[in-house]
Formats: sequence, C-alpha cells, structure tokens
Amino acid sequence: MDSIQPQEFLVLLPEIVLATAGMLLLLSGALKSSNGYRICSAVSLAALVGTAVLLVTVQGVPETPRVILSGMFIVDGYAFFWKLLFLMAAALTVVLSDRFLSDGGYRPAEFYSLILLATTGMLFMASGHSLLSIWISLELMALSSYILAGFFKHERKSNEAALKYFILGALSSGILVYGISLLYGATGTVQLDLLASTLPSAMSLDAGYRLAAAGWLLLAMGLFFKVAAVPFHVWTPDVYEGAPTPVTVFLATASKAASFAILVRIFYQGLPYLRPDWQWVTAGIAVITMIWGNLAALTQSNVKRMLAYSSVAHAGYVLMGVLAATEDGLWSVLFYLFAYTFITIGTFGTVILLERKEYAGETYDDYAGLAQRSPFLAAMMLVFMLALTGIPPTGGFFGKIYLFAAAVEAGWIWVAVVGVLTSAISLFYYIGIAVQMYLKDSSDDTPSALHAPGLVGTIALCAVVTVLLGILPGPLVQFAKSSLGGLL
Amino acid sequence: MFDWVLQVPILSIVCYLPLLGALAVMFLFKKEQGEGVRKFATAIAFLDFLISLPLWFVFERDGELFQFRESHSWIETLGVRYEFGVDGIALLLVLLTTLLGVLAFLSSWSAIRVREKEYYVFMLLLQTGMLGVFMAMDFFLFYVFWEVMLVPMYFLIGIWGGPRRLYAAIKFFLYTLVGSVLMLLGILALYFYNAGGLLDMEGLGNPRTFSITQFHDIASQIPAELQFWVFLAFFVGFAIKVPMFPFHTWLPDAHVEAPTAGSVILAGVLLKMGTYGFVRFSLPILPVATWELLPWMAFLAIVGIIYGALVAMAQKDMKKLVAYSSVSHLGFVMLGVFALNGPGLNGGILQMINHGLSTGALFLLVGVIYERRHTRMIAEYGGISAEMPLFATVFLIITMSSIGLPALNGFVGEFTILVGAFNRSWFWALMGAIGIVLGAAYMLWMYQRVFFGPLKNPENKGLSDLNRRELLYLVPVVVLCFWIGLYPKPFFRILEKPVSYIVEIVESNRPEPGQHADMGSIHRISEHGGD
Repeated sequence: MDSIQPQEFLVLLPEIVLATAGMLLLLSGALKSSNGYRICSAVSLAALVGTAVLLVTVQGVPETPRVILSGMFIVDGYAFFWKLLFLMAAALTVVLSDRFLSDGGYRPAEFYSLILLATTGMLFMASGHSLLSIWISLELMALSSYILAGFFKHERKSNEAALKYFILGALSSGILVYGISLLYGATGTVQLDLLASTLPSAMSLDAGYRLAAAGWLLLAMGLFFKVAAVPFHVWTPDVYEGAPTPVTVFLATASKAASFAILVRIFYQGLPYLRPDWQWVTAGIAVITMIWGNLAALTQSNVKRMLAYSSVAHAGYVLMGVLAATEDGLWSVLFYLFAYTFITIGTFGTVILLERKEYAGETYDDYAGLAQRSPFLAAMMLVFMLALTGIPPTGGFFGKIYLFAAAVEAGWIWVAVVGVLTSAISLFYYIGIAVQMYLKDSSDDTPSALHAPGLVGTIALCAVVTVLLGILPGPLVQFAKSSLGGLL
Repeated sequence: MFDWVLQVPILSIVCYLPLLGALAVMFLFKKEQGEGVRKFATAIAFLDFLISLPLWFVFERDGELFQFRESHSWIETLGVRYEFGVDGIALLLVLLTTLLGVLAFLSSWSAIRVREKEYYVFMLLLQTGMLGVFMAMDFFLFYVFWEVMLVPMYFLIGIWGGPRRLYAAIKFFLYTLVGSVLMLLGILALYFYNAGGLLDMEGLGNPRTFSITQFHDIASQIPAELQFWVFLAFFVGFAIKVPMFPFHTWLPDAHVEAPTAGSVILAGVLLKMGTYGFVRFSLPILPVATWELLPWMAFLAIVGIIYGALVAMAQKDMKKLVAYSSVSHLGFVMLGVFALNGPGLNGGILQMINHGLSTGALFLLVGVIYERRHTRMIAEYGGISAEMPLFATVFLIITMSSIGLPALNGFVGEFTILVGAFNRSWFWALMGAIGIVLGAAYMLWMYQRVFFGPLKNPENKGLSDLNRRELLYLVPVVVLCFWIGLYPKPFFRILEKPVSYIVEIVESNRPEPGQHADMGSIHRISEHGGD
C-alpha cells in the first residue's frame, strides 16, 4: 500500500471547505440560540458556490484519472460531473427552503449545516474508489438525510418519515456492508480496480464463487434500495410525503443522483467481470420498477406521493441506461439525471410555493384553477409535467429518447419497449395536474403567493433549463460524454 | 417579385412566427386586455398567411421535389437534423393551415370571451405545431411537432369547450397519445434497422439518420416483416388521427365539445395530419406492407364512408352531423390514397384540401348560428332562410361543395377519387358512389330542415344576418371553393410531381399477381422492381 502524501489532501480542498462550513454552521447554531435564516442561507450558498469554484480550479477534469489516498479517492471527469450537479442541486435546495424555514419557526442553522454535510458525503461518494470510502460517505449522506427528513419535529408525518427512512436505510446499509465484506472475503480487496482484476480468479474457485456471488448480489440490493428501485422502493412515498418539501427536493435530486453515481461506478469499475449478470438483474429490476412505479403513481391522490412513485418510475428509466453498459448508455444516464434534477426541483419548487401551511399544496385540489390565480406558476408547472412525461421540446424528452435508444442499441429492445409504453401511462397522472390547473375552477380566488423572489426565480430558472435542454441538448451531451473517461 | 423568399429561411419564419406571437401575448399583454390580445393574435395569423402566400408563386412545379429546404445539424449523437422542406402536397397543406388559421382566429372574436389571453396563446402554439408537422423532413423533428401540437389542442377543447369538455379533451388526448407512442416505436424501429448498416450508401460509416427522403430511398430494401409491423404501428398513429373506423369515436366528442375555432382547426387541419402521414410515410417507405394490407385499408375506408354517412344522417345536432360527415369524407380520402394510382392520390390529396375548406366553413357557419341562438339542434330551426338570406346562401354553397356539386371543389375531388378507385376495383368505386349519394342525402335533408319551410320557431324571428366580420372570413372560403371547382388545374399541377414520385415507389414494389410479400419473396420483389 502506498503511503499517503500530505499534498494529496490539497486535492480534497473542496470537500474540506464544505465540511468545515457545515460544521461551523452547526457550531454557530449551538452557540447562538437564534440566528437569522437569511444569514444561514447566505453562508451556505456562499460555501456551496465557493466549493464549486474550488472544484473547478483544484480538482477540475484531469487528463487521466488520478487515484489518491491509498486508492480511496479518485479524481476524474465522472466525479467532476456529479459533484457539479450535487452542488447545484444543493444550492437550489437552499434557495427553495428559504421561505419554508422562516414560516415554520424551526432553527435554520442545523438545517443548513445538515444540507452541507450531506452534500459533502455526496462529493466523497462521487469520488469514492474503494467500497469502504464509498460506504462511509454514503452513510454521511444518509444520516444527514434521516435527520433532515424528520426536521419538522413537531409534525407527526415528519417524524414518521424520518423513522421509516432510518430503519429501512439502516437495514439496507447493513445489507450493503455485508455484501462488501463478502466481496472482501472472496477477493481480499475493497478497492474498485483491484476488485475488478481479482474477481475473475477468485470466482474461478468454487468457494470464492459463492462468496463473491452472494457479495455482489447483496451489494446490488443495497444500491437498488438507495436509488429506490422496485421492490426496494417502499420507503420512498412515505418519506417523500412526510419530509419537509425542500428536503424531499434534496432527496429526489441530489441524493438520488449520488446513489446512481456510485451504482454506476461500482458496477462498471468494480464488477465489469460480472457484467452479464448485473445486466440481467438490472434489466429485471428496471422493468418491474417502470411498471410498478407508474401504476402506483396512477392511483395516488396526494401530489407528493404521486411524485414519489413517479420518481420510482424514473429510476427505472435510468436503470435502462445503466444496463446498456455502453458509452451511449452511460452518458444518457448522466444527461437524464442532470435534466431530471432541474425538472424535479422546479416541480417541488412549485409545490412549496403553493404550500400555505406546512403540509398544504399536496392534494390535487390545491392546484385547481391555478392557471387563473397565477398563470405564470401554472405555465411553469405545465412545462415540468410535460418534461416528466417526456413530451418535446423538453429536456425530459431527450433524456428518455437517449435512454431508450441506448437500450435498443445494446440489444435490450424489450426493456425499451416497456419503457416507451409505461411512459405513455405516466401521462395520465402528470396530465391530472394540468387538468386541475387549467380545466378546473379554483375553490378560492386568493392569488398565489408570488412574494418569494428566490423561489420564483429558481422555478423560472429550472423551467428555462428544462426547455433549453429540449431544444439544444448538444452541449450537455458533450459534457456528459467527456465525463466518462476511463469508466468503460 | 417574390425572390426574397429564396434568400431567407422562409419555412422557419412561417412556422415560428405564431410561436413568437404566443410568447409576445404571454409576456406583453395583461389578462384584462382581451381585445388587444384578440387583435394582435389575429394580426399575427394574418401576417403568417401573407408570408406563406409567396410560397405558392415561387414554388417551381417542375423543380426539385422538396423545395425551400433548410437543413442544419441538430442532435448529432442521434443523427437528427433540423430539416424543413415542402413538396406540392405539404405546400398545399401549409397554405391551408395558414389560411384556416386566419379564419379560425377571426371567428373566435365573438365566440371566446373568457380567458382570452390563454386562448390565443394556445391557438398560436397550435399553428406552429401543425405547420411544423407538414414542413418537417426529418422523422424526429416530425414527431416533435406532432407531439407539440397535441397539448394546445387538448387545452382548447378542455377549457373553452362545451359541457362535456373534460371528457372529450381527455379522450382526445389519450387516443392521440397512444397513437403517437406507437408511431414513435415504428419510427425507432426503422431508425435502428437502418442504423444497423443499411443506409450507409455513401460509406461514411454513419448510417444514423431520421431523414424521411433517405427512408424513401431504401423502401424496397426494408424486409417485408419489418414493414408489416412498422406499418401497423404507423397505422394506429395515423388512423386515429384521420380518424378511420373503428378509431373514430374520439372525433364526434371532440368536435361537439370544442369551441368553433377548435372544430375548424380540428377538421380543417388536424385530421389531415393522419392522411398526410399515410401519404408521406406509409406508402413510400413501406410499399410492400401497403400492398399486403391494401384490402384491409380499403375495407376500413369503405366502412368509414358508409358508416359515417349513416350515423350523420341520424344526428339531431348540426355540429355532430358535420363531425360524422368528416368520418365519411375522410374515408373517401383514404379510399383515394389507397387506390395507389395517380388519380386516386391526386383526388385524395385534393379532397384533403377540399374537406378542410368545406368542413371548416360548415363548422364556422354552425358556430355563427350557435352564437345567436345557443343551440345547434336542427329541430329548433326551420324556415330561417327568410330571416338570414345571406347566411342561407353561403350555407347552401358550402353544402353543395360538401356534397360534390359540379362547379364546386368537392366534385373535382370526389370525381378524381372515383376514377382512381375504379381503376383499382369497380366495387370500391361503387361503394364510394353510394357514399356520395348518402352524403347528399343527409346534407340536403339537414339544409331543408333548417332553412326551408315556414318559420317554425318564433324565437328565430329577426335573427341577424351575417355581419361584416363573418363575411370577411366566409367569403374567401367560398371563393376558393369555386376556384378549385372551376379551375383545379393549378392544384393538380402542383401535385403532379410528388404524386408520381409516390406512385412510382409504390408501383415498383408491387408484388407479382398471386404472390404474397413474405420474407422469402421480398428479394424477388425488389429485383422485379421498376418493370
């Protein structure tokens, strides 16, 4: 094992800065009983932007992937892409939570510090090059998320969400780490590249085969839990519904993207030898996820639950790109999650704006006549719903087309056909919101609160990005493609 | 005089002007400025029509098949190009769209008084979507516009429609969406089949393309089995749109519930997208499957003609009657198209335009009287020709055009279709002729019940006749009906080249008599091609 050079820590500067900022915020919350949410949010925004700047300047995209810290940490284009996405999602979450926290009367310092710490975990996840470092950073993200989900501690739903999330999360974490230990037992390593090179010989032995097979299956189960694929998705609707909506945004975008990031990295860099196996498993999971997620979303009467099930369905679409195991499949995954992040933030941003109390804005009725009360908001929401369905010209359309195309070209035609048909189903429930907004009359005439400029600005930004990606997907495709160096 | 047209991306301008108009309405007008919005949007539609007009004059009848081409790289990874161009067929449909656009906007002035701003935004978006569908020369681009057009239509029916608008809107949307998803699968099947290496004729190593003309070129090389499945996928997409029996049930609902302008656009342009799809894609790209499935297509077309006419006859609601008459007329168009010969296709395409004009005008007229009396029930009227002489005259002309009286447009189309159908089979022609008779029966019967006889309903006394604005949007249609009826040559002239192009592809892939185009015989068929 190489010794660790002190200057290697310099590469970690972005992560270090973000973690420090998170802890300082936590500390300030402990020392001072009431600090303004404005200051906290400004500080966290500054920290996130600063981290992004450091990310570009210090880590950047190296010409060849660079593995440091005894194989724990890797700096490459793939990690860079994700980190940028996480930081953006976190920053937008911070903006979104503005009004929410000021209205709720909860102390903001803890909230923001947890967001920053969870983001730190994600940054490490993206750069994880050893199953151990990946698992530890995953836990940092997960533990912060559990608390965030239960942040409204006086709300029963929020408590319930946190508890469910925690129990199931801990279980999945156990499964994951058990899988890691079995793989270690079979190969004697947890480092991804060594795992890839030793797995063939380890699996040639009978005992090693059983150990490794059980190991990767458990590992895969843990990962599928994290991305909320059926049948490991059961936590999603309750947590999405119960968590404070800004937290839901965070879970649905950054956290989900981070989970996909490690799933792809582990499968591609650590288990290429098992590709046929995990392709089949992923195909099966993808198909039932798309079918079940869409059908379940169809029957929901609560908007947040509907969005939760729809996010399950979307995980199924993304898995289609994962299982393709081609370059096209991979960059499609990156493209899709990027677009999906903005679409989802926009969607939930609208939900937040409609929330008058903490848990309003959730029934379909709350959207009735929105086009009359606030045409701007309704138009934005319409764009997001069309994007989620995959109707052009939106980023969601191209995201899906790329994924379907990649699956077909890799020979998984039946999976793509299921994808196309289930996304036709998805129209039923997305259009349900449009029906409410445009075709129904409002029960009350109070114009929607648009006096939250940060929130409105975020929603508008997301809508612009969504449409832009639907007209000019080229640049993002280029970026995603160039981020793949060394992964395949 | 119109040379500037060739210097600018004229098709893009025509296509996106309404979109720009929609954005302008969205951001520049307030909710309360109904009148301003109305005038502005109509001005945009009119301007769009004016800009599209030179296309007719500059288009070279003997020139390239597709003209005013614009081609830019769009999504390189998939080989998607931003490609616009029109042949004679598309050109006529583009002009029909811009013209009916103006009429529909004008007719909305008095009909739409709630949520005007949104209404005109959706109408303008719809224009852009429809124009794009006819201009796109890239499958992918075509699909994008096809989908884009769905959304505004859905809202137009759902917000400004009649009492059962929600039901009608959702039915419309689901039907057409299912159709377009299957169509997408068909497009992707062709795309991936081709990307498998078929179309690398230039040896560039990159056969990825969605270019429609390139698919025309390889039509004979696509295996019969694939053609069969893709044909079915396209069939569902297009047949729903046409609508062909038995996929027509959304249409009466949508028509009856939609506001007048919505019905005009729906009947005038939207339905043509289905028949256009058959003409542009199914025939020239999947000729083998076309031959294979020809009897079925003709059967469905004939059922549509007869069934639509019989149901129309039974209607008590004028708008419903016109809606079912569309099913019948579109069946006629399909019969002409699937005669697969020159006259049939010519007639079918011309009849698409005719139907757009006549039925569009019929909906406008029903809208006029509905605005005055708020009922469309035939029984509520009777003998109103004395009260509204001008209205009765225009209505009569359009009725005659719809049933195919000589000297009017419908006659030319129906006659040419019958010639084409007769060349294929006397039975087809017979059925078509029966359809014409039935059509005359229900239209004239309705006309008689509404306009003739003594004034039955005292409420109809003193109904005001057509006003100036109404004449403004009805007279052009009447003029066009006479023009096509008396001197159709320019229209057939512009169709000459594209029709012979399609007929040639289809003919060269015709199976030998008694031979079925199965997988084994596909090779032989392409060998015999062209003789």
